[in-house]
Amino acid sequence: MKTKTLIAGAGLALALSGAAQAAGTLRIGLAEDPDVLDPTMARTYVGRIVFASLCDKLFDIDEKLNIVPQLALSHDTSADGKTVTIKLRPGVKFHDGEPMDANAAKYSLERHMAMKGSFRRSELSQVDKVDVVDPLTVRLSLSAPFSPLIAQLTDRAGMMVSPKAAETLGDKFGTAPVCAGPFRFVERVPQDRIVLERFADYWAKDKVHVDRIVFRPIQDSTVRLANLRSGQLDILERLLATDVAEVKKDSKLRLATGTEMGYQGITMNLANGEKANTPFSKDARVRRAFELSLDRDAINQVVFNGLQATDNQWVSASNPYHQAKFPTPKRDVAKAKALLKEAGVNAPLALDFMVPNNPESRAVAEMIQAMAGEAGFDVKIRVTEFATSLNEAGKGNFQLYFLAWSGRTDPDGNIYSFASCKGPLNYGRYCDPAADELLNKARTTNGQAERKAIYEQFAAKWLTEGSVIYLYHRTLLFAHSDKLEGYKTMPDGLIRTTGLKLK
Amino acid sequence: MLKFLPRRLAQLVPTLFLVSVIIFLLQQLLPGDPATVMAGEENDPVVIEQIRQQYHLDQPLPVQYLYWARGVLSGDLGESMRIKKPVAELIVEKLPVTLQLATMAMGFALLIGIPAGIVSAVKKGSSWDIGANVFALWGLSTPNFWLGIMLIFLFSVKLGWLPASGFVSPLEDLGQSLASTVMPAFVLGNAIAAVLMRHMRSAMLQAMSADYVRTARAKGLLETVVVMKHALRNALTPVITLGALEFGTLLSGAVLTEQVFSIPGFGKLIVDAVFNRDYQVVQGVVLVTATVYILLNLLADIAYVLVNPRLRG
Repeated sequence: MKTKTLIAGAGLALALSGAAQAAGTLRIGLAEDPDVLDPTMARTYVGRIVFASLCDKLFDIDEKLNIVPQLALSHDTSADGKTVTIKLRPGVKFHDGEPMDANAAKYSLERHMAMKGSFRRSELSQVDKVDVVDPLTVRLSLSAPFSPLIAQLTDRAGMMVSPKAAETLGDKFGTAPVCAGPFRFVERVPQDRIVLERFADYWAKDKVHVDRIVFRPIQDSTVRLANLRSGQLDILERLLATDVAEVKKDSKLRLATGTEMGYQGITMNLANGEKANTPFSKDARVRRAFELSLDRDAINQVVFNGLQATDNQWVSASNPYHQAKFPTPKRDVAKAKALLKEAGVNAPLALDFMVPNNPESRAVAEMIQAMAGEAGFDVKIRVTEFATSLNEAGKGNFQLYFLAWSGRTDPDGNIYSFASCKGPLNYGRYCDPAADELLNKARTTNGQAERKAIYEQFAAKWLTEGSVIYLYHRTLLFAHSDKLEGYKTMPDGLIRTTGLKLK
Repeated sequence: MLKFLPRRLAQLVPTLFLVSVIIFLLQQLLPGDPATVMAGEENDPVVIEQIRQQYHLDQPLPVQYLYWARGVLSGDLGESMRIKKPVAELIVEKLPVTLQLATMAMGFALLIGIPAGIVSAVKKGSSWDIGANVFALWGLSTPNFWLGIMLIFLFSVKLGWLPASGFVSPLEDLGQSLASTVMPAFVLGNAIAAVLMRHMRSAMLQAMSADYVRTARAKGLLETVVVMKHALRNALTPVITLGALEFGTLLSGAVLTEQVFSIPGFGKLIVDAVFNRDYQVVQGVVLVTATVYILLNLLADIAYVLVNPRLRG
């Protein structure tokens, strides 16, 4: 039985009005210098912004987080959920002129799965093998049903690379990537610029309206904005919340916002090492008391001028998997104190709060310290450089850890690694076999309603006993010049350059 | 007259060996595991293990050092873990940028600092002297990042004369290249000019009160000749040392200034590498910087001898 089919080209109305004419160079200001430009080896958010113009994927997402075809035309999952057949778009070429066909798709997927040091391995771990059915069809055989698979293929795991170039360059592929996106790689000067140019044989070339793209990493947000204002950039990502007013005031600038797929939260140490030897780790009531001491809206107002979307779940309210049955708890200091008393805790209870070093995180941490203090927690903030904090978290050297997650298309990507017993991001070591079973069931079940019902059962456990307190989903902030037309913020926060025009 | 040269060159080898060991060990003190940083958000244990093997991070420290040292001796400085590019290539790419910026900054510093120092010494107590001292105080006390951002707002955002940041190679477009580096070079040069001015002033004051200057004046020489030929030549010696040291510091990368102006030079390279625990980049850059620094000191010593005949024995 066929369960799901995406109709060929439905969302891709190529017949754009009028003849599209490419003109000009689009200059994009990035907040960091991307890592290696090889979809198999890449791992940063900022790198994905470049890939969005360079490497097309089998599938993409639309503004409402629906999965739409890109290099694939449709997919089809067998009744037992263990075979996924993907039809590919005909006539697609890589930047080196090689055909993007079933052989290339098999090659790319196997490269993601097997290459040494591949960061995609875990994303495709359920795929046993990839077979070529015909020149435009591949079949993926899975070890177990895995409903987030197609969502995985909307990101780097779904990016196709030219087998010829990948064979020639090996692990140096990222120095001269050859993909099938709207723009081809020209040059990269680390920490200075990445230059792409329009790919004349792109399968949807009518949608491309600029000749070149120059990505410029500018770390200092003030300087990034100064570049936009002085006309040296057309668009920038990660505008500071405190600069929003200035952008709004400037008649030549436009602000674009969207809610991220990820979240900002506090990871609590339940069973990781010595520091888990406190009533806070052992008694869920103490942790609920801590949560009740927090006023998410106040944090949002004070630190972010109300820009973030406060919430208590791993997906935002606009996500179909958000559980309306579990509203964000309001601050209730009296109840928090009562819970502490009930748990037999002698206030103040000292807590070691590890906070990665950046001004916004520090400000949020200070508010949390003050609020929790009123309920009987003595929060000690320990500001730690990011790379060091990851190490400390792994070793369990924290009771609270302020951690952000950039988010994934499928809800599984926002929860499984954090809440399953063996999850690599489960720093707090929450482990409940019943919760594990629910998480695994949600992975193998198809259908949104069915999966949502499973997550509802999971949420009932996780949100009361779990190891993460979700605070808010960050608002993605972009600023661009009024000369740039057609910009839309996508849920993944990546800049789609097709459809963009420069006046 | 340059008998010390071979000895000094021979000293270079053990010095660089020591530098390389120290930087290698210092890096190990950095908390945080490069493999974990590299593994990114997903934190996949299998990937972390593979990274450890690939970069020999699973080996004992001396073995790790030997792997690296062997590479260096055969001309291979290693590879950036983050962007998979050879470190030597990164250095070759950044060195001209830093060199241009440092040279321009030094140019500003010398053009402003030396004349200001001379004038304020010769006209001690005059309004010139006060003006020069005020300038020195300003140069020393103005933070580079603040001055940089102020210049960007004035010349890029308000007036639109200069690009706010970035770097253009002089081989690509000389005019654009100068335009893109003039602000950061001024910011860097400004601080050094202040230091040079102060040293120049005190060295000149000392020289002007020396016997040979009195003798020169007694001979009836023109004051310009007394100042420029007799006093200045002697007063320059300490200033040359200082200038060489400052130039060496500039070559090791001006971290804050490069950050503010997004200049892809050594400073930015090394800071990003430290935060990403990209060890081989840090080691390679420090080694090259140390070599340049030592060579510059050597050049300063040679210049000493050329300027001061008494050292030629």
